[in-house]
Amino acid sequence: MSDFTSGFWNWYVTLITVLGIAGCAILLWSQSRHKVRLDDKGQPEKTTGHVWDEDLTELNTPMPRWWMIMFYLTIVFGVGYLILYPGLGSYAGRLGWQSAGAYKQELAKADADYGPLFAQYMKRDLKDVAADPQAHAIGERLFLTYCAQCHGSDARGNKGYPNLTDNDWLYGGDPSVIKETIMKGRNGVMPPMGAALGSDTDVENVAHYVLSLSGAPADPIKVAYGKPKFAACAACHGADAHGNQMIGSANLTDKVWLYGGSPETVMETIRKGRNNTMPAWGEFLGEGKVHVLAAYVWSLSNTPGAQPGLQHEVAAK
Amino acid sequence: MNARAPKEAVIKMYAKREAIHPREVKGRFATLRWACVWLTQALFYGLPWLFMHGRQAVLFDLGARKFHLFGLVLWPQDFIYLAGLLIICAYGLFLVTAVAGRVWCGYACPQTVYTEIFLWIERRIEGDRSARIRLDRQPWTAQKVARRTAKHLAWGAVALWTGFTFVGYFTPIRALGDAVAHLGLGPWETFWVLFYSFATYGNAGWMREQVCKYMCPYARFQSAMFDHDTLIVSYDGARGEPRGAARDGSRGDCIDCSLCVQVCPTGIDIRNGLQYECIGCAACVDACDTVMDKVGKPQGLIRYATENALAGRWNTQQIRARLLRPRTIGYGVVLLLMAAGMSTALALRTPLKLDVIRDRGSMGREVDGGRIENVYRLQLMNTGERAHLFRIQVGGIPTAAVVDEDVVELAGASARAVPVRVRVDHGAARTGSNALTFTVTAEDDPALHVTEKAVFIVPR
Repeated sequence: MSDFTSGFWNWYVTLITVLGIAGCAILLWSQSRHKVRLDDKGQPEKTTGHVWDEDLTELNTPMPRWWMIMFYLTIVFGVGYLILYPGLGSYAGRLGWQSAGAYKQELAKADADYGPLFAQYMKRDLKDVAADPQAHAIGERLFLTYCAQCHGSDARGNKGYPNLTDNDWLYGGDPSVIKETIMKGRNGVMPPMGAALGSDTDVENVAHYVLSLSGAPADPIKVAYGKPKFAACAACHGADAHGNQMIGSANLTDKVWLYGGSPETVMETIRKGRNNTMPAWGEFLGEGKVHVLAAYVWSLSNTPGAQPGLQHEVAAK
Repeated sequence: MNARAPKEAVIKMYAKREAIHPREVKGRFATLRWACVWLTQALFYGLPWLFMHGRQAVLFDLGARKFHLFGLVLWPQDFIYLAGLLIICAYGLFLVTAVAGRVWCGYACPQTVYTEIFLWIERRIEGDRSARIRLDRQPWTAQKVARRTAKHLAWGAVALWTGFTFVGYFTPIRALGDAVAHLGLGPWETFWVLFYSFATYGNAGWMREQVCKYMCPYARFQSAMFDHDTLIVSYDGARGEPRGAARDGSRGDCIDCSLCVQVCPTGIDIRNGLQYECIGCAACVDACDTVMDKVGKPQGLIRYATENALAGRWNTQQIRARLLRPRTIGYGVVLLLMAAGMSTALALRTPLKLDVIRDRGSMGREVDGGRIENVYRLQLMNTGERAHLFRIQVGGIPTAAVVDEDVVELAGASARAVPVRVRVDHGAARTGSNALTFTVTAEDDPALHVTEKAVFIVPR
C-alpha cells in the first residue's frame, strides 16, 4: 500500500480484526455452557449458582438456541465479508470493490440514463435547443446549480462576474462562443497600467477620458490630458475603445462596468489591473450538459425562435 | 452422599425451542379474533387495489418522495404528520393496555394475525394438536413428507402474496402484478417481495411465540402500563383451587383438564398467574368456558378480570367503575388532544410550500434611478394535485416590487426554483438589512397562499 511506508499498520489492523472475531467465537462458546452444582438427587440445580446480596440467585432460563446460532452466523458473515470486501488491513478483497469504482458505476449509470437525452440535444443547433421548453427547464436547473454562485440566480452577475442577460459580451455572444466559454473557461487579464501611464495624475486623466467615452460625467480638462495617454490602452481595447472579443478586452464605450463605473473604481482598475477567471466546465459537466447550458444562457439575452430583426428590437428595449 | 458421585454438571445456557401445538378453540373471543383477522387482512390485501383520481389511492412512492393517502399527498416536509400519527398510535396503545391489557397483541398484531392464518392452514393439512404431535414424532414416511410439503407450499403461497402486497404499497401494484405475470420483475422488487415473503413465512410459520417472547419490545414494557385495575386474562384461584377431577366436593371448580394449557399459543399455564408470555388472546377463556358448560359450572373460571376484582370478588359494574382513573384519563386526554391537533393541522394544511433563499453572492446592487435590487431564489412546491398560476408579491418595505414576471405556473405535485429580483426605491429602506416578506398566492384560489420572511439588504 502506497499510503504507508511499512507494513506495520496493515498487520496491526489485520491482527485486531482477526483477534476480535476469534474472541467473539470463544466468548460465545464459553458462555453457552455453565458448570452448576448437583442437588441432593444428583440433578443439576435450577440456578446458575450466582448469588448476589446474600440470597438473590439467578435462575437458568435458557435463551432459544436459534438466538445463539444467529450470533455464530454473524461470525460466518463477517469472515465471508472480509474475504470478499476490503477490511483486513490492506487486503483488497476478492471482489475488488472500491468506493471510487462504486462512484464510477453510479456515474456510468447516470450517463446511461440521461446520456441519450443530452445526445439528442447535442445533434441540434444551439438556437434550436434554446427554443425547446424542456431543454430550457434543464438549462435553468443546471444554471441554478453550477452558475448561480457567481453569476447570480437571475444571471445578472455581480461585481467581477458578468451579467449574462444584457447582450454585452466580452468574448462574443454567438451561441457557439458561449459554449466554448463554458467548455474551456476564460482567463481575463487586464494588466496593471499605473507604471506604464506614469503618475497618479496620468491615471486619473485616462480614467476620466474612459468615462467620457460612454457619456459619463467627466472633467473635460482631464479628458483632454487623458486622451493621448489612452494610446497605451488601445493595444487591447482598440483605438476606438470598442474592445476586442478575440482577446476578451472590454468595450469601454458602453455603460456596462464589470467592476463598477465610478471614477475611483476605474482608476483602481487602471492602476492595479484585473484578473478574472471563468472556470472550464467541459470536463466536469460533459459536452451534452454544456450544450444545453449554452443554449439557456444565450436565450437569456435573445428571444429563441424569433426573427433576427425582431431580436434586435427586443434587445433594444 | 456418595463421595465419588460428581458434584458438578455442565448445563447448556441455550435450549432448543420446544414446539407448541395449540389446540383449535371455539368461542366468543376466538370469533372476535377471526373477525379482527378478516378486517385487518381485507384492509391490508385490498387497499393497494383501490384507485382514485386515476392513481393508486394509497401509495408510498419512495422514489418520487411522495406519499399518496387517498386525497392527500404527503411530502418529506410533511414528515411531522407521521410523527404525530405514531404518537397517536402510541397513546392509543397505552390507553388500551391500561384498560384491557395486551388486547392489541391478542387480536390485531400482525404476528398474531398471521400466526392464526398459518395455524389454520396447518390444521387443515396436518390436523389438530394431537395429530400434529403424532406427526412430529413419526419417522419420515411418504405420507409425512407429502403433508409437510403441502403445508409449506400453502404457507409459501400466502407468504408470497403478502410480500407482493406489501411491496405493492411502495410501487404501483398493478404494474407490479403485470411484471410478475410476465416474469419481468426488477432485481430490487424481486428482493423485497422475497424478503417480506420470507419474513412472513419465518415469523408466522416458524418463529411464532418466539417473536413475542424474545424479539418484541412491547411485550417487555407492557407492565409499565398495567395496574391493579387493568383487565388481564386471569384464573380465579379462589374458585378453582384445589384443582382436581374428583366430584366429592373436596375440590374447586378446576377439573385440571389442562385444556387451557393445550390451547395456549405461547405454551404457558395461565393458572400460574400473569406471565410476560401471555398475549391476552383469551383462548384459554374460551376453552375453559366450554368445559365449565359441560360440567355444569358457571363460566368465567378463567376470564378477563382485574387484580382488584379478583381480590375483592367484584362484579362487572364494580370493575367498570374503576375504568376512569387518573392513568386512563391522562392517556385519554393526551390521545384526544393529539388527535384533535393532528386533524386540525391536516385540515388547515396549505398545499403550497415556499422557501426563500437570498443570493449570497451579492449584497445588493444599484440599478438605474438609484434603486436597490436584491436577488432571491424562491423554492416553490405545489403539493396539491392541481396546476395553478401563482402570483409572487413582496411586502414589508414601501415601494418594494418584483421585477419581471411575477406570475409562475406550477404543475400539480411539482417543485420549481424561481429566481426573483426585488427593487426598492432609493431611500425607502435604510442601509443594512430590512425585513421583507414574500407572499405567493394562487391566481384562481386566493385562499391558497403562503407567506415567508426574507431579508432585503441595502449596501453602504
